[in-house]
Amino acid sequence: MTTLTLAKALNAGLRRSLAGDDKVVLMGEDIGTLGGVFRVTDGLKAEFGANRVVDTPLSEAGIVGTAVGLAYRGFRPVVEIQFDGFIYPGFDQIVAQVAKLHYRSRGNVRMPITIRVPFGGGIGAAEHHSESPEAYFAHTAGLRVVACSNPADAYVMIQQAIASDDPVLFFEPKRRYHVKGEVDETASVADARPMGVATTITNGTDVTLVTYGALVQTARDAAIAAAEDGVSIEVIDLRSLAPVDYATVEASVRRTGRLVVTHEAGQQGGVGAEIAASITERCFEFLEAAPVRVTGHDIPYPPAKLERHHLPDLDRILDGVDRVLGRPNSLSGVEA
Amino acid sequence: MTPSDRDATGLLTRPDDFVQLVSPTGERRANADFDAWITDIDAAALGRLYRDMAIVRRLDTEATALQRQGELGLWPPLAGQEAAQIGSARALRDDDFAFSSYREHAVAWCRGVEPAELLTVWRGTASSGWNPFDRGMAVPQIIIGAQALHATGWAMGAAWEGSDAAAVAYFGDGATSEGDVNEALVFAASFDAPVVFFCQNNQWAISEPVGLQSKQHLARRADGFGMPGIRVDGNDVLAVLAATRIALDRARRGDGPTFIEAVTYRMGPHTTADDPKRYRTDDELADWRARDPLTRVLALLEASGVDVAGFERDVAAEADVAATELRAAVTTIPDPAPLSVFDHVYAEPNSHVDRQRDHYTRYLALFDDPDAAASGAAEGAAR
Repeated sequence: MTTLTLAKALNAGLRRSLAGDDKVVLMGEDIGTLGGVFRVTDGLKAEFGANRVVDTPLSEAGIVGTAVGLAYRGFRPVVEIQFDGFIYPGFDQIVAQVAKLHYRSRGNVRMPITIRVPFGGGIGAAEHHSESPEAYFAHTAGLRVVACSNPADAYVMIQQAIASDDPVLFFEPKRRYHVKGEVDETASVADARPMGVATTITNGTDVTLVTYGALVQTARDAAIAAAEDGVSIEVIDLRSLAPVDYATVEASVRRTGRLVVTHEAGQQGGVGAEIAASITERCFEFLEAAPVRVTGHDIPYPPAKLERHHLPDLDRILDGVDRVLGRPNSLSGVEA
Repeated sequence: MTPSDRDATGLLTRPDDFVQLVSPTGERRANADFDAWITDIDAAALGRLYRDMAIVRRLDTEATALQRQGELGLWPPLAGQEAAQIGSARALRDDDFAFSSYREHAVAWCRGVEPAELLTVWRGTASSGWNPFDRGMAVPQIIIGAQALHATGWAMGAAWEGSDAAAVAYFGDGATSEGDVNEALVFAASFDAPVVFFCQNNQWAISEPVGLQSKQHLARRADGFGMPGIRVDGNDVLAVLAATRIALDRARRGDGPTFIEAVTYRMGPHTTADDPKRYRTDDELADWRARDPLTRVLALLEASGVDVAGFERDVAAEADVAATELRAAVTTIPDPAPLSVFDHVYAEPNSHVDRQRDHYTRYLALFDDPDAAASGAAEGAAR
């Protein structure tokens, strides 16, 4: 075991993928000489050369579109979108090309492209640097969408994403980049938990609390706080947003009878809406209360001084927990 | 460029400022730079290029008729662009890779695509007709210009592998306004990618004239991206062949990309759903008809002593056979099985699609076997 930050764990995972398969190439803005603005690719260009770790022109459609061509040629491109809010110029290539080419070519053309996206807020950044665009991609057939939440997962999941023959949107919680954790760099990735399988972070009996990315830590903190209050919360780190590991969520909700989903992204049409609807369809008869979403507001990402009012925090999550428990909460008397 | 190159709106009108080796009336025009690249094209080879063009024109006519008869949902005719497509595609090696838009039927012909493969998409039975790796030609692209980036990426990868294979990106004049094409030009120049950008300027993007896309000749844009731009008569198969060979040679030598603007004309509608009478004149059509890419080759062959009448008749008979095969192929294309709608969404198993496939399978079963459906429904209800 080694203690690594999440960013360093990703770096180690990328290094292992680069070393293990010479068809793996990294592409992105500032990822080579600089090592990426978050240093996730630090040192990799020096180690593997400029044709394996490629500094590209400033063009998201260009980065993703040329990755499509490289995949046609048999490469496994790993592209970095520097910040979540910069992904939109590359959106067409992702949803119209990367996502669809396997289907359109009737399985002849594989798109084993990994698109790394630092996502989410909480770092006091300027606008366009704190967004949570994951639902756009979870809505798009042909893409897999995952989000890591800790160094150990980051190390393994990035290698699994690169090894996948399907395109993967790989969301990295940027406010957790510097959080440290134990990473087993000798473990076999093949034997690790598949990236499509959710992880139960804390076991609980009263409420199932589902989340992913940066909020996994917040949810864990909420579970600890709730336990002091006598409420037992089961926290599930989804890890995969498309497809969702419903088996894990469903089994948990059947035991607890209550579901809260929390994410930083806005509520409307979000991943939480999908999970609430799916769980209602699948285990309505087990639910003691309507599922509740605790999410960012449906607003453009606000200025840094306001982001604490936008992002779900421990107290807002606990307020959502109170709602499914029928305890006094901020909406008491409103919902009926 | 002079003021007379533009019409009253300032849009570009004069097309004939380009490299031409064969005039519309079949006179051979000497060009020291280009002639050296087609010294192997004797009368027999020129006859083969004519044959290609005549057959794809006939196939195009047949496919248009098939659409009118309800056998195809849609067809984008290539008539008028035979020389641009045949001249460029015949310059390619088998290990090169073409990334095309939706009108490059003649390129597909040169890459060995079968009639049934060509019609599949337009009949609506599948999203693609052929395995790209069997033909050295990607799945044709509907999104305007997206394939320019794919060609560039493929070329970057080929260069990194030490191969001297090259990619060709086919797109139209309208696509030059898209970000993807401009970003592809940036990437290709930055990485010296062995890619040829082959722009068929057919004067119209559906109803919008090329002047709406550009205030200057498209080939001139290449200079701004740091690559050579060649402007050829796209209705002159020899000029196109020479230009593409020059560009491919440059790519293979590691000298990077080239932009070719082949000036041509789409004689028919954008697709069979379009009515070009709404946006262009009979005079314009007549003007371009006089520049036909096929007749000038026949005239040149005749001048070199070939029995053109007999040759033309033989090729026409061969083209009729090809058209008959194309028509016959339509009936061999099977309708896809309902559940194949779920095939190939992902390369690996996917729980979400698997579940939807399972549920739809159960639903379809309701129409087959009432008893099985009842038990399936009961089981489904328990899920």
